[in-house]
Amino acid sequence: MSYFSNGAWWWPYLFILLAGFAATDIWRFLGVYLGGKLSENSDLLVLVRTMATALVAAVIGNLIVFPGGALAHTPLALRIVAVALGFVAYLASGKRMVVGIATAEFLLLAGLYLNF
Amino acid sequence: MSTWPPDSTVPRSTWFLRGVGAAFSLPGLILISSFIGFAALAKDAGVTATQAAFMTGTVWALPSMVVLVGAVTSGAALPAAMLAVTLSAIRLMPMVMVLVPEMRTRTTRQHVLYLLAHFVAVTSWVLAMERLKCVPPRMRTTYYAGLGAMLVTTNIIVVTIVYAVADTLPSAVSAALLMLTPMYFLTSLWGSARERVGHVAMVLGLVLGPVFHILVPRIDLLAAGLVGGIAAYGWHLWRRKARTA
Repeated sequence: MSYFSNGAWWWPYLFILLAGFAATDIWRFLGVYLGGKLSENSDLLVLVRTMATALVAAVIGNLIVFPGGALAHTPLALRIVAVALGFVAYLASGKRMVVGIATAEFLLLAGLYLNF
Repeated sequence: MSTWPPDSTVPRSTWFLRGVGAAFSLPGLILISSFIGFAALAKDAGVTATQAAFMTGTVWALPSMVVLVGAVTSGAALPAAMLAVTLSAIRLMPMVMVLVPEMRTRTTRQHVLYLLAHFVAVTSWVLAMERLKCVPPRMRTTYYAGLGAMLVTTNIIVVTIVYAVADTLPSAVSAALLMLTPMYFLTSLWGSARERVGHVAMVLGLVLGPVFHILVPRIDLLAAGLVGGIAAYGWHLWRRKARTA
């Protein structure tokens, strides 16, 4: 039942439709349907938002600590330092995403070329 | 179109093109760079170029797509993958709920709103909330259609190109591309959190993700989302109680 468990060409597409398309658009459609009926600050929505945020943050954590591909061959300490300083630069620049992303990328590449 | 406004001097097609033009902006460029990162990630997970392009068009929410690819990588079963993606996508609902009143007029047909809702994701939402104010109410759905369609089309092309050239890139560049996604999310998620509890949930998730990846690899994202989210919510309730007491 996993993505690669079935050899049929259509299986990955069905997997994407069910686990991707249906799983996301149901919330978009509900949003249109409910439009304005539910308060933005209701307790239920706060809980929903914290769970969604924690889940996406977990994805970020995994991408940094257990990355794939070429990033997997870089030292963990370098990745964490690059991300942490990139985040500090983002905060220090008044939450400018470009600054944060560029700083992290620069530190990562500098670290790789200097053979850390 | 039967809803042509008699008072407008600018034709509907122009508003569509202005929406298209809004895609070429700083948020639009950042989105492209994070789709470059996504394509590198998906390719690495064994997803084909066509499947990745299909995913871009049908899912169209980068966090959910990355969760989906994460589920593919960890070998999650369909129900577990679906649950994790659903949990990551709940945030789209309040976003749509906020956007719809901006676009709806008395003559707007409901199915148009359902179709346009598919384009809702962080970037198009941020751009729309910022610029719809300057668009005549009756042209807003058209404007958003142009913006959304352009963002989706551009990034499908971007994903396809990255697949074509990824193998020829030096490994340091590939590593840098794979770093784009976590950095994009780290900064955009922090910036979009409306209350402090969002930041608490984020820090918990960042730590719990890797921890649960070791403890319960097949359901790591789900477990981190539920445990981290409920813990942050508990902190929120506790703090509110402490404040009113």
